[in-house]
Amino acid sequence: MSKLWSSSIGKKLVMSLSGLFLLVFLLVHLVANLFFYGGPDAYNAMCEFMDTNPFIRIMVPVLAAGFIIHIAWATAITLKNQTARPVKYKVQDLSKSSAWESRNMYVLGIIVLGILAWHLSDFWAHMQLQHFIGGQAVASPYELLVQTFANPVISVLYIVWIIALWFHLRHGFWSAFQTIGLDNQIWIKRWKCAAKVYAFIVAAGFISIPVAVLLIKCFGK
Amino acid sequence: MNLKLKIWRQKDAHDKGRFEEYHVENVSEGSSFLEMLDILNNNLIHEGKEPIAFDHDCREGICGMCSLFIDGRAHGPDDDVTTCQLHMRKFKDGDTITIEPWRSKAFPVIKDLVVDRSAYDKILQAGGYVSVNTGGVPDANAIPIPKKNADESMDAAACIGCGACVATCKNGSAMLFVAARVSSLALLPQGKVEAARRAKAMVAKMDELGFGGCTNTGACEAECPKGISIAHIARLNREFLCAKLKD
Repeated sequence: MSKLWSSSIGKKLVMSLSGLFLLVFLLVHLVANLFFYGGPDAYNAMCEFMDTNPFIRIMVPVLAAGFIIHIAWATAITLKNQTARPVKYKVQDLSKSSAWESRNMYVLGIIVLGILAWHLSDFWAHMQLQHFIGGQAVASPYELLVQTFANPVISVLYIVWIIALWFHLRHGFWSAFQTIGLDNQIWIKRWKCAAKVYAFIVAAGFISIPVAVLLIKCFGK
Repeated sequence: MNLKLKIWRQKDAHDKGRFEEYHVENVSEGSSFLEMLDILNNNLIHEGKEPIAFDHDCREGICGMCSLFIDGRAHGPDDDVTTCQLHMRKFKDGDTITIEPWRSKAFPVIKDLVVDRSAYDKILQAGGYVSVNTGGVPDANAIPIPKKNADESMDAAACIGCGACVATCKNGSAMLFVAARVSSLALLPQGKVEAARRAKAMVAKMDELGFGGCTNTGACEAECPKGISIAHIARLNREFLCAKLKD
């Protein structure tokens, strides 16, 4: 394993493995969010489970480490890659040769980091964090969710952020498998297709909740 | 056709360089891009000016010598061709064409549009070969090779080492070049013996020479004049990671 982690492929392996871990987390989070459609009781019960389950409590610091590693390595790789072309082209047209999202993963990642920062300071700080520090968690997470998304500004910003995540996942999903070498001329098409499906399900699932809250607010139940 | 050209001029490796404008007239649509530059150079010589230096050799699309970043794309606007096989019918009368050398830290400009691609030779010297002991020549048909492997190996071996992958990659990564070499040899029994050492040595040399890392944008595959698939990069990743895990 000598010099594996300092090699360009080794650094990408870290991105790939941390990315795959975060892909699984997003699915779990999405399933949890969809309890919203079960009504206040179902959603609050799910939150109670997530806040108190010992396995989830162990996984929270692991998840935080996953995010930090993914962001730190992305920054290091991006900075290193910038040095490979000291003199830039006057004219460069990459639109015909590569997908937009594949060229802007770091920028998309920064936008996704925005949702993370807001999310931690809002929902998470009022809910799961309180169980860690022995504080008083919000009585009804369902009410907090509805009140928060009833604000159209927050909802629109949330949707913009999730769209950034959507594009990030469209490339990130298949790229993770390519980096660890689980790819060939047949599977490359399958992974790319699976990436589009996964990214759409995640984005549509997350976006559906603020949309539903706003629709209920406008038109009633 | 009449064209306006914006061409990068640079006296030598130490010169700062700049763009200069030229006009060429009465260019046939059937001429190649390099022939168009020949016409321009003839005019410059007649005017007593220094002709534009650019790389070329076979002019048949197989030697990998010609380069040029034309209007923002490696080897110009046509797909699956080198600059020598790019025809002027791909442009319109009155067009302004911007011509730049490959831009990469590992490919320094020597003069005008000529870059030093010896970094590729150094990567090959690090492991892009099969060691052959002296002795009798074995019968070629004595070693059975599945058709699929032979085909895939030949696809990778089509790499002409032109450097378009590095030139077009937003990270200046040489992964497609290294992957093509590693893949073409690793798929065959003769190359398999040294596969682990080869992958490690070539990747280490690639990193050392200042090429960027691969972020799987796929631009290299799209601009490769030989259409080499990035699936070979997945094989390189696999070969490299397996070799490192065994260390």
